[in-house]
Amino acid sequence: MTRRAAEVEPSAADLAAACRDDFPILESVVRGHPLVYLDNAATTQKPLAVIEAVETYYRSQNANIHRGVYALSQEATRLYEDARGKVARFLNAREAREIVFTRGATEAVNLVAQSFARPMLKSGDEILLTAMEHHSNIVPWQLAAEQTGARVRAVPMNDAGELLMDEFERMLSPRTRLVAAVHVSNSLGTVNPVREMVRAAKARGIPTLIDAAQSVQHFRVDVRELDCDFLVFSGHKLFGPTGIGALYARASLLEKMPPYQGGGDMISSVTFEKSEWNEVPWKFEAGTPNIAGAIGLGVAIDYVGRIGLDRIAAWERELMDYAMAKLAAIDGLRIVGTARERSGVISFVLEGIHPHDIGTILDADGIAIRTGHHCCQPVMDRFGIPATARCSMAFYNTKSEIDALADGIARVIRMFA
Amino acid sequence: MDLRDLYQETILDHTKRPRNFRRIENATHHADGHNRLCGDRLTVYLRVEDGRVVDASFQGAGCAISTASASLMTEAIKGKTLDEVHALFGRFHDVVAGPDGAAAAAPDLGKLAVFAGVREFPVRVKCATLSWHTVEAALKKQDTPVSTE
Repeated sequence: MTRRAAEVEPSAADLAAACRDDFPILESVVRGHPLVYLDNAATTQKPLAVIEAVETYYRSQNANIHRGVYALSQEATRLYEDARGKVARFLNAREAREIVFTRGATEAVNLVAQSFARPMLKSGDEILLTAMEHHSNIVPWQLAAEQTGARVRAVPMNDAGELLMDEFERMLSPRTRLVAAVHVSNSLGTVNPVREMVRAAKARGIPTLIDAAQSVQHFRVDVRELDCDFLVFSGHKLFGPTGIGALYARASLLEKMPPYQGGGDMISSVTFEKSEWNEVPWKFEAGTPNIAGAIGLGVAIDYVGRIGLDRIAAWERELMDYAMAKLAAIDGLRIVGTARERSGVISFVLEGIHPHDIGTILDADGIAIRTGHHCCQPVMDRFGIPATARCSMAFYNTKSEIDALADGIARVIRMFA
Repeated sequence: MDLRDLYQETILDHTKRPRNFRRIENATHHADGHNRLCGDRLTVYLRVEDGRVVDASFQGAGCAISTASASLMTEAIKGKTLDEVHALFGRFHDVVAGPDGAAAAAPDLGKLAVFAGVREFPVRVKCATLSWHTVEAALKKQDTPVSTE
């Protein structure tokens, strides 16, 4: 029996080629060269389906939600709440009300820091982070710590950029009130063993927050499997619009938490004496939310679902191995962050050449990478460097783009030789 | 836009072999400069006698543009009065960041003219001006580190 072509599952290697046409910006010409976009950890590009969903919303579906009795408002409300359902299924949450829409991962962390942590923190309490956190998972805890007399501690890592798990276990103390850890490091690419971390914290009754801003776009993330109490991510790093993200939280915790911001939509009744809060999750969504963003995020999740995160992960693993080998072969290039479990990101430095010069020279070839401290100054301090150059990949990147990067780096080295 | 306009031979030379890259033990003025975007950090040392810069130096780590700019600056300001230093910074600033045409209208820049290409790379202007801002801060005796952000 012969198989028809359509039944043959495309190999992982065909994934980028098959999907690139879905992303209009990838056809751009920058400074006379085809765009090579390798700054996906900063933000990902958007498929046409997302761009069109946002446009369609403003063209023909725009109305405020949760209040109009008219058809248009009901349709907008349905689309917005459908998007919440999509996020819930994407993360395998138990129910849609465990998803709070936020502006992004940063706002979601701030929400947990102020509404969950701050009311319970006392002087001497500890919040345990890792040494590779993004500033967005450090500063909100420092603010809560300053307000309460608690303190922030960070689990150290080794020279490869891997968390020291025995240190983690040791630092979990009777004073630890919360563990907040990054799933995938945006500056090193390390994948942290968050399931083990949650298990160890849970055994001591300590709640956990996972920063999944750099993981949900690369592989399957399941909040029930992880068993974490909170998880945050940003829509724009998941091929969705900017200004929208989500907080997953156990409903039982959301029920007990006070509101984060006050305003319209988060109340059930208001008098000048007292207001009653709306139900979860709307209690945490004061004011008119980013309706178009939420709808666009839902469409981005649909898009990723059609491709399949397992295929995405398989192709990205191949691309990562290829890029690591290609970059490691360049004389004078040192990879910063060589953890065994890694995803998405390769940080590197060149002997005697500042990352910003690398970035400017590559830009002249249309190659977009990030250079700087990547909002991770403690990580830079740990490795004794001011900055790195960072190549960060998405499933639409190709091996020939990695070749272009390697050729560009060779030109940089020649220029400074 | 040509990369060679930015990374001119003189700039590459001063990046690889920065001049006056040392500390002045009996400095009358010094200040730290920090470019948060790049992570560039440098310290500028000045010895001023009778209103004239008799020695200038710097130390630190930064990108090619900021290192070369600091190196060439120390050479350029040595021997100049403080008024001349301020005026030179004004002309230099016009060349790298001023309105179009300012570059052509700023004579007497000497070697510093190699930074004219920076204006085509707006995100790098702060790299080129960091050491100059730091000198201004040192002369004002500011205690807090200067930042170009």
